[in-house]
Amino acid sequence: MNNVNKKLLDLLKQNARLSNAELAAMLGISEQEVTAGIKQLEQEGIIIGYAAIVNEEKADDNAVTAIIELKVTPFKDRGFDDLAHTIMQYDEVDTVFLLSGANDLSITITGTSLRKVALFVSERLAVLDGVLSTTTHFVLRRYKEKSHVFNEEHSDERSLVSP
Amino acid sequence: MIDYEKVIPQKIRDIQPSGIRKFFDIAQQVEGVISLSVGEPDFKTPWAARKEAINVLEKGRTAYTANAGLIQLRKEISLYLKNFIRTEYDPEGEIIVTVGGSEALDLAMRALVQPGDEVLVPEPSFVCYSPIVTVCGGTPVPIVMTEEDKFKLRADSLKAAITPRTKALILPFPNNPTGSIMRREELEKIAEVLRGTDIMVISDEIYSEMTYGGEKHVSIASLEGMQERTIVVNGFSKTYAMTGWRLGYCAGPRPVIKQMLKLHQYCIMSSPTVSQYAAITALTKCREDVDRMLEEYDMRRRLVVKGFNDMGLTCFEPEGAFYVFPCIKSTGMKSSEFCEKLIYSKKVAVVPGSAFGESGEGYVRVSYAYSVHHITTALERIREFVEELKK
Ligand SMILES: Cc1ncc(COP(=O)(O)O)c(C=O)c1O
Repeated sequence: MNNVNKKLLDLLKQNARLSNAELAAMLGISEQEVTAGIKQLEQEGIIIGYAAIVNEEKADDNAVTAIIELKVTPFKDRGFDDLAHTIMQYDEVDTVFLLSGANDLSITITGTSLRKVALFVSERLAVLDGVLSTTTHFVLRRYKEKSHVFNEEHSDERSLVSP
Repeated sequence: MIDYEKVIPQKIRDIQPSGIRKFFDIAQQVEGVISLSVGEPDFKTPWAARKEAINVLEKGRTAYTANAGLIQLRKEISLYLKNFIRTEYDPEGEIIVTVGGSEALDLAMRALVQPGDEVLVPEPSFVCYSPIVTVCGGTPVPIVMTEEDKFKLRADSLKAAITPRTKALILPFPNNPTGSIMRREELEKIAEVLRGTDIMVISDEIYSEMTYGGEKHVSIASLEGMQERTIVVNGFSKTYAMTGWRLGYCAGPRPVIKQMLKLHQYCIMSSPTVSQYAAITALTKCREDVDRMLEEYDMRRRLVVKGFNDMGLTCFEPEGAFYVFPCIKSTGMKSSEFCEKLIYSKKVAVVPGSAFGESGEGYVRVSYAYSVHHITTALERIREFVEELKK
């Protein structure tokens, strides 16, 4: 990846809402170069989307997020991909990762209630072919996500005005 | 009852609290203010330096150091200055480790200035120079710098301000609040005026690492014939994001440093020990952290300059420090009025340029020592404010 695209990526990972004009100013390049760079990053599948980082608890009081670890039996020839693809299809599922170590797949899901998440695990995940066991961890509090700190207003300890 | 009016000398009572302080009081009353008003980095001190501080605390290194500072630290400072400003200073006798650049400025002034002396203070500039001159019994003589000159010091303005009483020139570049810097050829013209005089230069280079585009910072001390008449003031606050550690230094000619060291001995003993150890690590192991911060500042700088120019508050391109100094004359307001209205109506705090000397009137100081997200939010509010003014 060229240097400009690397910097664009860094900036967009921090804040995807910067306009092309702002990005151009920050990097000291033209807007056309920014447009071209972003287009290339998208075409190469390096940037696959843009999404807000949401404080779910504030958005919906009842929202729950769970991290579910699955132990599974890999299928001959296709490894874990088949199962991962099946799980990916569910709308409730935010992320699906294949892990090294004791567990095999890690999934995060966000639901509108504890019950819904629990039912989803027992009725949709646990019953899938190849799933040996599930461990569900409910998220109690968020501190930081994608380098963004939740409740940041308390984190700047500097005096409001100084020489 | 004791009469404090009589107890406290007129000279001290006459010192005005800085305009920044006044503005701070206003800003504090307003709930939910977002500030672009700080003069210190938003970054944390690089981890290696923090870790070293923890380490020396664990080892119990809590005693005073040598008066001039740890010799290892002075050696590293000497090496740094040799590489960075191409000027050689003997760690033994030509460098003092001080409590911030602030103390170094104070020592320099107290060592040089006596009643009747004039000290030239280019303005707009940092707030402490004139009050210290006054306390020493000297007279601060402002030299006006203007936007037409990109807020640089002109050799002819300097020449015009010199009298037989002139003791010293403060050279405040890279400049707080304007972000202006002096390039080599511009400094050369200043040096030309000073060579052959008995005027000392107190060169406040606290922002020296923060210059953008073109050649890196040049110190007037490195120009021919100038080292013997220059006291370089620098420190760790800005470069290494170490404001709270209170550590800086000065380097200069042996006879002057010798006198300054006496003052330092009597009023400070030695600078904070833990901070000194951390500073050694900062100088030797934190270059990458500094470079990362500098790159980030530069991006923000361009973003903020563009932001102000887009909203019609023209903004000359600052080449140093972490401030921009947009002109607000088009609004028809004084800078303090502008800042007060902005804070009350949009809850954004920027500092009136007039807090940095009369020649700062008509400008505001905007700091970009904030995250990009914070900056864009604040700029958007300022833009709304300016739009509403036009109606
Ligand atoms: C121009 C200038 N000089 C000196 C200082 C003093 O810094 P410190 O005492 O933290 O080294 C400051 C701090 O804001 C400054 O802006």
